[in-house]
Amino acid sequence: MSELAFFIDSSRCIGCRACVQACEECDTHRGVSMIHLERIDEHDSVQTAPQVCMHCKDPVCARVCPADAIKQTPEGVTQSALKPRCIGCSNCVLACPFGVPNYYGKIDQMMKCDYCYDRTSAGKKPMCATVCPSQALAFTTLEEIGRTRQGTAINRWVFGAEVVETKVFVVVPRGTREVRPDLVQLGGSRHDPFDVAAMLEGA
Amino acid sequence: MAKLSDSIENLFARFGPHVEQVPAGGWAPIGEADKLVKTHCCFCGQQCGIQLKVKDNRVVGFEPWEEFPFNQGKLCPKGVKRYMQNAHPDRLLSPLERVDGAGFRDLAWEPALARIAAEMKRIQGANGNDAFAVLTGASLTNEKAYLMGKFARVALRTANIDYNGRLCMVSAGAASKKVFGIDRAANPWSDIPKAEVLLIAGANIAECAPITTDYVWRARENGARIIVLDPRMTPIARTVDLFIPVKPGGDIGVFNGMLHVMIKRGWIDRAFIAAHTTGWEAVEKAVEKYTPEYGAKIAGVPASLIVKAAELWGPAKTSFLLHARGIEHHSKGVDNCLAALNLVVGSGRIGREGCGYAMITGQGNGQGAREQGQKCDQLPGARDIENPEHRRYIADVWKVPEESIPHKGLSAIPLVEAIHAGRIKGLLLLCFNPLVSLPDQNFVREALEKLEFFAVIDFFLSETAQHADIVLPGSLMEEDEGTTTNVEGRVIHHKKAVDPPAGTREEWKIICDLAARLGQGDKFAYASTKEIFDELRVASKGGISDYYGITWERIDEQMGIFWPCPSLDHPGTPRLYEGAKFGHADGKAHPQPVEWRPAAEEADAEYPIILTTGRTVAHYLSGTQTRRIGALVGQTPEPWCEMHPRLAGKLGVADGDFVRVESRRGWLTVPARVLTTIRPDTVFVPYHWPFDRAANRATIRAIDPVSNIPEFKICAVRVTKAPRPDDALAHLPPQAGGLS
Repeated sequence: MSELAFFIDSSRCIGCRACVQACEECDTHRGVSMIHLERIDEHDSVQTAPQVCMHCKDPVCARVCPADAIKQTPEGVTQSALKPRCIGCSNCVLACPFGVPNYYGKIDQMMKCDYCYDRTSAGKKPMCATVCPSQALAFTTLEEIGRTRQGTAINRWVFGAEVVETKVFVVVPRGTREVRPDLVQLGGSRHDPFDVAAMLEGA
Repeated sequence: MAKLSDSIENLFARFGPHVEQVPAGGWAPIGEADKLVKTHCCFCGQQCGIQLKVKDNRVVGFEPWEEFPFNQGKLCPKGVKRYMQNAHPDRLLSPLERVDGAGFRDLAWEPALARIAAEMKRIQGANGNDAFAVLTGASLTNEKAYLMGKFARVALRTANIDYNGRLCMVSAGAASKKVFGIDRAANPWSDIPKAEVLLIAGANIAECAPITTDYVWRARENGARIIVLDPRMTPIARTVDLFIPVKPGGDIGVFNGMLHVMIKRGWIDRAFIAAHTTGWEAVEKAVEKYTPEYGAKIAGVPASLIVKAAELWGPAKTSFLLHARGIEHHSKGVDNCLAALNLVVGSGRIGREGCGYAMITGQGNGQGAREQGQKCDQLPGARDIENPEHRRYIADVWKVPEESIPHKGLSAIPLVEAIHAGRIKGLLLLCFNPLVSLPDQNFVREALEKLEFFAVIDFFLSETAQHADIVLPGSLMEEDEGTTTNVEGRVIHHKKAVDPPAGTREEWKIICDLAARLGQGDKFAYASTKEIFDELRVASKGGISDYYGITWERIDEQMGIFWPCPSLDHPGTPRLYEGAKFGHADGKAHPQPVEWRPAAEEADAEYPIILTTGRTVAHYLSGTQTRRIGALVGQTPEPWCEMHPRLAGKLGVADGDFVRVESRRGWLTVPARVLTTIRPDTVFVPYHWPFDRAANRATIRAIDPVSNIPEFKICAVRVTKAPRPDDALAHLPPQAGGLS
C-alpha cells in the first residue's frame, strides 16, 4: 500500500464548516483555525471550497521569507513561521498562490495549516480530513482515490510561467493533468446553471 | 399563572442564552486527558460516534472515533463543538420557583418536588386525571422515553402524553406503517452507495444530516444517478443529475407523475406486485390522470423534469429513496410519503442489497424515542394503546390492571389547544421547547399563560421554561448512561463521561422520585438506567420494535445492534423485508392510492408568498443547546429570509435589508438574503430562534389528519422591507432573539 496523502475534492464540499471548527481543536494551535472555507459565488450558487495548505514541494512562502523563518520537514510539510525568526513582514501571505498563510498581529507571527503535523507524524489522519462529512477533504492513498472516485488526483499547478507541484492533491475530472487557473473564464456569457427561476422556465 | 415573571432582558441577563466561547479548561493544549469516552453526538438522529476527552470531571475536547462504522470519525460542526455545552455558565444548578415580577428564586429539591406532586394531585383531583399533561422529547434516551410513557400512564394516569417527535417523524412513520407495517428505515446506510439511482425528496442532507453526504457521494462515485426534490438548491442538489425545484406542497405531482410514466413505459415489477402486495390496482387507477403535464402543474416545475426523473428511476436495477421533513411537514405529509413509497413498491426494489428506502430521522433519538411508549397512541415496543392484547401485555410488565392504563390521549398540537381551551390545566415538560419549535407561536404562548401549573425539567432555561412555575435542573447526555436508536434503527450506547454538576439530578431519578410522591414508588424502584433498559427489553418483547435480545454489553461488542432483535443469540436486523416479507400480518406490502390536495393555507392575493422553514447546519432544533455554543453562534448567529432576486426586485428589497415576514398569525423581522438558488414564489427562514426572530410566529397550526404533524413547510405570508429593529429585544445578542 502506498503512502497516505491529502486530497481535496471541492465537488463534494457542502460548506458545513466542520473542517473549520475541527481545525481549531488541534492541540498545537487550539482556538485558531488554519483552514479557509471559500464561498465561490454567494448569491448565485451554494458552492463552497475548502482550502488547506497545499504544501508545495518548493514552497514559495519559504522562498520569499527574508528571515528564513518558514521550514519544511523531511516529509515535505511546510510549517508555520518559526516564532523566534518571524519578523511579521507578510511576504509569505502575499506570495502564496493559494492564499493560505495568515499573519496574526497579536502574536506577530505567520501561522498556517501544518498538515496536522502532530497527528500525521504520529500515524493519525489530519483533524479536518477525519471529520469532513462529505469527504471533500480526505486522507487516504492514491490507489484508494483511483479505486473509489470518478475523478483523478493531480498535484501540478500552472500559474502563468510558474509551475508548482504540491504534496496535497486535488481531485479533478478525469483527463485533467494539471490545474491552470489562468484558463478559468470568469464572468462568461453562459447561462447561469444555478438560477432556479431559469430552470423553472425550462431554460 | 405562567406569564413571564420578568422581562425578557432580565431573564436573559441571568439565564442566557450566553455563548460559551472558551472550552472548559481554556484554549491551552489539553495534553493527556484523564480518559477518552467512546460515546455519541447528541445533536441529530445520525448519532455519530465520538470520543469525549475528559479531564478533572469536565469534558474538555473530543477525538474522532474512526472505528465506529456509521460515521467512521466524521462529524459536522455541531458534533465537533458539542463538548462545549458541558460546564456552561448558563447551566441550571438549582431548582427554581417563579416569583411574579422578579423572575425566579432558587429552591431546595424537597419543596420543589413536593410542590409539583401536590399540584399534580390538586389539579387531577379537581379536574380529572387527563387535566394534567406531559410533553416530552425525542432527544431523550430510550430509557428515559420509556420511563416518561410509564410515568404518565402508571403514576399520573393521564392519557395526555405526547412528544416533540410529533414535529418530526410521525408522517414518515405513519406512511411506513401503512405500506410496510413497520416504522423504521428499511435499510442500513451501507445500502446507499450500492444503489444505481437515489431519489432524495425534501431532505437537505448537507445541513440536516451532514454525515449522510459521504454515503450519497460514494453512490455517485459508483456511478449512481441522483435526483433531488427541493424548493431550494441545497448543497447536494447543486451537482446532482436532476434537481427538481418543486413548489412547496407539490411533491405528489412529481411522485404520481413519475409513477404514471413508469406504468406507461412498463417499468413496473409486475411479478413483485402480484406476489407481494395488495391494493396496487387502486394506486394505478389514482395516477392515471397524473400525466407529466398534470403533475407538473401541481409541482410547479416543467413536465420534462418529471419525465426525466421517471427515466432515471424507472428502469434501474437498484435504487434508494431518502425522504425527510421537506415532504413530511405538511397537512398531507403522510400522503406525500405514501406517494413516494409507491415508487419503491412499483419498482419492486426493496429488501435487497442496494434496494430500499429510509426516512432521515431528525432528532437525537428520533427513532427510539418513538418506540418506547411516550407517544399519545403507543405503548412500548411500538405497541398500539387501543389494542387489548397489547394493553394486557404491558399491564403485566408494569404490574398494573389493564383497565388502569389510560387510552389514547391528545397529540402535541391538540394538547396545546386543549390547554388554550382550559381543559388541560397542568403540564410537566421535559426535553421540549415549544416556544421555538411549535407553529403559531402567539397561540402557544397564550396557551402556556393559561396553565394553572407548569413544571419544566431542563438543563438550561429555555424560552419555554421561562414560563414555568417550577424548573428542575436536569442532566446532559454525557452525564448519564443510556441508549438511543440511530437513523438506521441501530441501537447504540451513550456512555456517561462526567458526573452531573452539584445541584442537578439525572432526569430518570427526578421522574422516579415524582412517581413515589404520587404513591407509585414500587413501580419505579430502579437502581440504574440499565435496570430501566432491561425492563424496556421485556416490554418490547414480541412487539414491532423488539429490543429483547439487545443488551448494553452486546451493543458495545457489536458497535450497535439493529432492531428487531428478539433473542440474545439473534444478530439484529440491519435490513428489513428480506425476501419481500413485510411487516403486515399477511406479509405483504399495502401501497395506498394518493390524490393531491392543497395546503391548509396557500398563497393568495392578500398573502402572496409561500413561507417554508427548515434547519441550518450549525444549529440543533430549538437551539436551546447550540445557541449557547460560541463557535456555532459565530457560524450562524441569526436567522434570515432567503429570496430570489426576481422576488426581491418586486419587493424593492436588496441583500442585507431587513424584511418583515408576516402571516395571518404573526410576524418576524430578519435580514434578507437575496440569491438565485430558491424558487421565486417561495421564501425560506430557518426556525431555531425565538421571539421576533421566530419563523414559527408566522407558521400555521394546521396538522395532518393521520400523523398530526404540523404544516411547517407551507404558509402564506407577505414580505415587506423594514427598518432595522431598534427595540430592547433587538439590542440583545442574536442567540437570545436579538440581532448581530
